[in-house]
Amino acid sequence: MNLAFIIDALVTVVGVTTPILLAATGELVVEKSGVINLGVEGMMLIGAITGFAITFNYGPDLGDWAPWVGVVCAALAAAISSQLFGFLVLTLGSNQVATGLALTIFGIGLSSLIGAGYVGMTVPEFATPFPDWLAGDPVWRVLFGYSPLVYFALIAVLVVGWFLNRTRAGLVLRAVGENDISAHSIGYSVLAIRYAAIAFGGAMAGVAGAYFSMVITPMWAEQMTAGRGWIALALVVFSGWRAGRLLVGAYFFGILMTLELYAKASGFSFLPSQFWAAMPYIMAVVVLAVISARGVAGSEAPACLGRPFMPSN
Amino acid sequence: MRIRFEKRLAPSRFMQVATPIASVLLTMLLGAAIFELIGFDGPHAIYETFITPIVAPYKWQDVLTKAAPLIIIALGLSLGNQAKIWNIGAEGQYIIGALAGAGVAFALPNAEGFWAIPLMIGAGILGGMAWAAIPAFLKTRYSVSEVLSTLMLVYVALQVLNYLIGGPWKDPNGHNFPQTPPFTPAESLPNVLPGTVIPPGFVVAIVLTLVFWLLTTRSVYGFSVRTVGAAPNAARYGGFDASRTVWSTLMISGGMAGLAGILEAMSQLGQINLGFPSGYGFTAIIVSFLGRLHPIGVFLAGLILAVTYVGGQVAQTVVHVPNATAGIFQATMLFFILASDILVRYRVRVIRDAPRAKAAAAGASA
Repeated sequence: MNLAFIIDALVTVVGVTTPILLAATGELVVEKSGVINLGVEGMMLIGAITGFAITFNYGPDLGDWAPWVGVVCAALAAAISSQLFGFLVLTLGSNQVATGLALTIFGIGLSSLIGAGYVGMTVPEFATPFPDWLAGDPVWRVLFGYSPLVYFALIAVLVVGWFLNRTRAGLVLRAVGENDISAHSIGYSVLAIRYAAIAFGGAMAGVAGAYFSMVITPMWAEQMTAGRGWIALALVVFSGWRAGRLLVGAYFFGILMTLELYAKASGFSFLPSQFWAAMPYIMAVVVLAVISARGVAGSEAPACLGRPFMPSN
Repeated sequence: MRIRFEKRLAPSRFMQVATPIASVLLTMLLGAAIFELIGFDGPHAIYETFITPIVAPYKWQDVLTKAAPLIIIALGLSLGNQAKIWNIGAEGQYIIGALAGAGVAFALPNAEGFWAIPLMIGAGILGGMAWAAIPAFLKTRYSVSEVLSTLMLVYVALQVLNYLIGGPWKDPNGHNFPQTPPFTPAESLPNVLPGTVIPPGFVVAIVLTLVFWLLTTRSVYGFSVRTVGAAPNAARYGGFDASRTVWSTLMISGGMAGLAGILEAMSQLGQINLGFPSGYGFTAIIVSFLGRLHPIGVFLAGLILAVTYVGGQVAQTVVHVPNATAGIFQATMLFFILASDILVRYRVRVIRDAPRAKAAAAGASA
């Protein structure tokens, strides 16, 4: 184990952690408002194809701005799709588990349909904003060698933590998730706040998806998010609905997923590669069991999670 | 003018039947409109997707073949959904069931006797149950949400499949493709009557539909499951054990998924390969909701979803719409059925904001 290997591994960990951190940060806000959206995987795919298609088609005209426009469009497209979910579960009070699942099936289908003409095509990677002498340095690339989305993910989770715990708006959002009837009776619009939270969750899932198609492998492949949206959902439970633990948990899963990539190259080859591929999912189940068995110590699960709210009755 | 939802005292029977039909029709209309928008012949594409599989003489067998696993899995899921237990990992139980059945076949060399088939089917059911036992144990013992645990295990099951068919169970004569050796005739299920087009799984689906109909409408067990879902406190008071409901519904839905898996492997593919996990476990969730969790409804919904599978392929070759559209149709149908759920439980009132009506409304609510 030399320095170059360690730095290589660290860079990989950061790379695989970023999309689940982005998606989980969005879902944290959604769940804090009392709604569980199982459509993360579908919204990620909608974001992935949107970001890719925009960059691919308009990249030459937009120049340096192309990836930024691509990511913003990815966030917008996923946020719009999340409002379809929002309308069903909020205005029509439909079942949240089934509706979220429908959104995922829809996202898989829609992204394959739009992406049919782009399979195997590539776009330039949404690369580091830092100058080459920093980003390309064999040591300093561990800090400066990443796509802007990596830094955005870290800032986003910190801002969300601050927003939820230190601002009035965050308090209102938590109140809506904790006791919707009380929040409604003191005059807050439960549904409007939940619509906004769902839109934010959608936008973050869209950015997470764009990270797959514009950074990890800057090309389009069907279902390229490969179930990472579900890991993001488990991560929110793992975090006990707290932003700080979410960040730690994301890197824990990131390390597990990196093991898969390194297992073959290093001395772990006595276990089949499929074992390492299944590892994050096995660990997610184990971790859910440990977290749930330990009871609610330090967990801040919203009391109204998954419960529909119909104000007219 | 405003729209108000007023809660019904009892769910509307009429809406329970009318909304799934309306959802399918609306999906067809919306699909035609969208196909027109993106430059295909909309009505033609819808005709090929939804009608051709029914009227074309040789498509029926395909529809019944696809419907069988969907119905079998969805019957099990509907039972759990009635108790508000969400097994969304039937795809994983389907895979493990098929692998368990195949494992029995490979463990018994020269399985020539008549017992090979029942043994494999039994192993398939047990495999699915075992895979569903993990979330059942975690939920009853550690209160882990079955929504996430069942789903995570799908991805684990996929890797188990990849490992087995690419490693220990790889066909030595398979040109290095990741696939198992083919099942022998003694390990395969033929069509029910020689010369007919009815796949064996579909006969099983018909029988199970009747069994589940008796179970849900004519047994105390079915009543207890519904009560646990609708009124957990009343169920506890009535002596219906919630954790027994978790175990039983997950065992039944897991066993059904495993059964569907081994039947599919034994009668359709004749081996297990990379294409085996085809998403039936997920589509069955749509079938369950489109059928309004009722066995007869599930049976009909399974046929409709099977039509979209077969029709999707027809439309792909005839009208050249992309293959992914079948998935979008299925999701749209689920969206419509979930959106229309409110009509079952609520009455829609259109209130005109005429001054007198306003005053009356204010008086009534005061």
